[in-house]
Amino acid sequence: MTRPYIQNKLNLDPDLITRARILAKDIVGQITPFILSHSTVSVERTVLRLLGIHGVNPEGIPLPNIVIDHSKEHHLLEEGAARILAKACLHLKSEPQTLAEGLAHDEITFETLSDFPEDQIRKKAFELAQPAVEQIRQQRQAREHSVSKLSEGPEPYLYAIVATGNIYEDVVQARAAARQGADIIAVIRSTGQSLLDYVPEGPTSEGFGGTFATQENFRIMREALDEVGQELGRYIRLTNYCSGLCMPEIAAMGALERLDVMLNDSMYGIIFRDINMQRTFIDQYFSRLINGFAGIIINTGEDNYLTTADAMEAAHTVLASNFINEQFAFLSGLPEEQQGLGHAMEINPEVPDAFLYEIAQAQLIREVFPRSPIKYMPPTKYMTGDIFRGHVQDALFNVASVLTGQSIHLLGMLTEAIHTPFMQDRFLSLESAKLIFKTMGHFPEEMTFVAGGKVQQRAQATLQEAISMLEEIQKGGLFKALEQGMFADISRKPTSGRGLDGVFAKSPHYLNPFLTLLASDHFAVSETARIPLKEGDLDANA
Amino acid sequence: MPTLDLKKVRPYGDTLDDGMVQFSLTLPVPFGEEAQEAARRWALESGFQDPKVVHAHDLGEGFCFFVLYARSLVSIDFTEIEIPKLTHERLDKSEIENRIRTLLGRKLVVVGACIESDAHTVGIDAIMNMKGYNGHKGLESYHEIDAFNLGAQVPCEELVAKAHEVSADAILISQVVTQKDLHLRNLTRMVELLELEGLREHFLLIAGGPRINYELAKELGYDAGFGPDTYAEDVASFVLDRILIQK
Repeated sequence: MTRPYIQNKLNLDPDLITRARILAKDIVGQITPFILSHSTVSVERTVLRLLGIHGVNPEGIPLPNIVIDHSKEHHLLEEGAARILAKACLHLKSEPQTLAEGLAHDEITFETLSDFPEDQIRKKAFELAQPAVEQIRQQRQAREHSVSKLSEGPEPYLYAIVATGNIYEDVVQARAAARQGADIIAVIRSTGQSLLDYVPEGPTSEGFGGTFATQENFRIMREALDEVGQELGRYIRLTNYCSGLCMPEIAAMGALERLDVMLNDSMYGIIFRDINMQRTFIDQYFSRLINGFAGIIINTGEDNYLTTADAMEAAHTVLASNFINEQFAFLSGLPEEQQGLGHAMEINPEVPDAFLYEIAQAQLIREVFPRSPIKYMPPTKYMTGDIFRGHVQDALFNVASVLTGQSIHLLGMLTEAIHTPFMQDRFLSLESAKLIFKTMGHFPEEMTFVAGGKVQQRAQATLQEAISMLEEIQKGGLFKALEQGMFADISRKPTSGRGLDGVFAKSPHYLNPFLTLLASDHFAVSETARIPLKEGDLDANA
Repeated sequence: MPTLDLKKVRPYGDTLDDGMVQFSLTLPVPFGEEAQEAARRWALESGFQDPKVVHAHDLGEGFCFFVLYARSLVSIDFTEIEIPKLTHERLDKSEIENRIRTLLGRKLVVVGACIESDAHTVGIDAIMNMKGYNGHKGLESYHEIDAFNLGAQVPCEELVAKAHEVSADAILISQVVTQKDLHLRNLTRMVELLELEGLREHFLLIAGGPRINYELAKELGYDAGFGPDTYAEDVASFVLDRILIQK
């Protein structure tokens, strides 16, 4: 399938889709002033990482954490880590890494530095920021070069997961998966990493249910995939997770090490990991700025809503959240072509015509987001441990994916609900998907839906319900909606959850050169997403 | 025609006592005839008869996938198997509500969570959340039950504190991630904490998850364990049964 997807098989009313976008834009607009006027400890640690600060002290505490904790303790943080470092560099005539090491050894303090002329500080901060911006730009160009020189395979891209806990074992499995046909390799993180307020360091060989996301692990896997991709003549994309409390830090690490896809969704963190919403919306803004500039595709986690809520009843919540996530991405200048909005096939297979409804949902997301590399997630909730039945459920999922032009296809595993995939599980899943994609590749071109039939009706009803939901959210605000449990039947309060103590209001002197340098103003918002927003638009459509 | 002897039971392919079994497995050897022979010999060495490699495939990176059939001569005595089982009566939702009202005379209080590192709430949600699972409403929907689902990655200490605070009758613990036996460590930690605090006898302690069963849970010092195909009424029936016995 090629994007943009131009068909309207569901006979959707384009005015309704525009209306949904206007509502979502307003919902995001309501909290934008808050997002832009605040920062967090993780955003500032990200700034430090981008200024080149790395490594850990003898106790294993990352230097970015040490610098930020010191700055916070002395009430300096409100001015931004970049200002603190620029000032310290000017005063002590040193480099950020040397200063961070000095601080870790209690040899220096940032507490007593007198001020420098504003233009010198700004100049220094922008100068210090330049190398990272350049490195990220080069990584983006390297990716574009590789994709054009090799190839990237047709969509749907086959997305396989490795999760051994040991990065070196992951490499073996990832290389094998690439040889078996995987286009994207995701290294699942160790369970619980999203709740750590620091990023572990170095290569790791111990993890639970996955492997720690560290910059060194990123580098190791990138190198392995580049090598096997060269051999296969295909660019193999690498995925990790910039979500949880270290969202922007991991985004920066991924941008520097040329990851291609990043799970990046505050809504998911709030709902399923109890991350504080204020904290994570601020973190998400900066992380999407980085991802946007780095050319990284983000994946959102709406598919998970259906693991707790019922897929028949709650399908519209996925679409509504997709609309909101799209606007959050635009806020950071991340274009549609990098918005891998998530959705899933999770209707109980015992429901009569379940497959028809799944087709309706998947086609709906495709038509509403025609330029986005939407990500389709396989059955998990109704996988039983009967691997033979599971393989059939996954085959149905493969069919639904190819029929509806999905972009990123996360492979279902016949052993879902039993264990993290064996090498052979991944192979069997890849074989199934390849066979179905091959035999049905042109099927969608031969296929329309009966006017007013089950599929069209279901899709249209879901869109309508999503709009009603967005209207309700727009009235009370997104924070309120999350508090009321409108997504996934889970309720979260604006002042509860993890990480709120890391949020602070920016002072008028706040300085962060990356907000300017990474602003992706050269990415134009495409026609489909451009909303003709005028004064009174909402009222006129209401 | 041979007749079934429950004292000597073997796998059944298409004839009684043929002992036929099906394997799929991976060997870390490069693809080729030697690899197929390796798979065949592995089955022989494992004690199976007449192993046949019906399919072999190169997985790359020096790995090979096989499908095998073989016969087993091993038999087991079905008549001597004893599995500890829950002995309570399994009631439906309305009967549970009715018995709590009439026999207990107060609300039944249940707290639950995925403890420690486990972030997978699908199990605890299926049992506790309003909506339940597969048409079986969760404990939150029971009028006569005060249910507190604390969600994912809850430290044992926090769960115990909550149970104490609300004077819970039962603590439900879900463990989905089983890699490297993480679930066993987490479940054990909970028991140890309760014993340390002298609170073990205050609560019914119940484990749940796809790899949990009654026997395993008892071994770990739990009052019960529930595996796949468990619904809210299974758990509620058990809790009510035990609480009424204690009363």
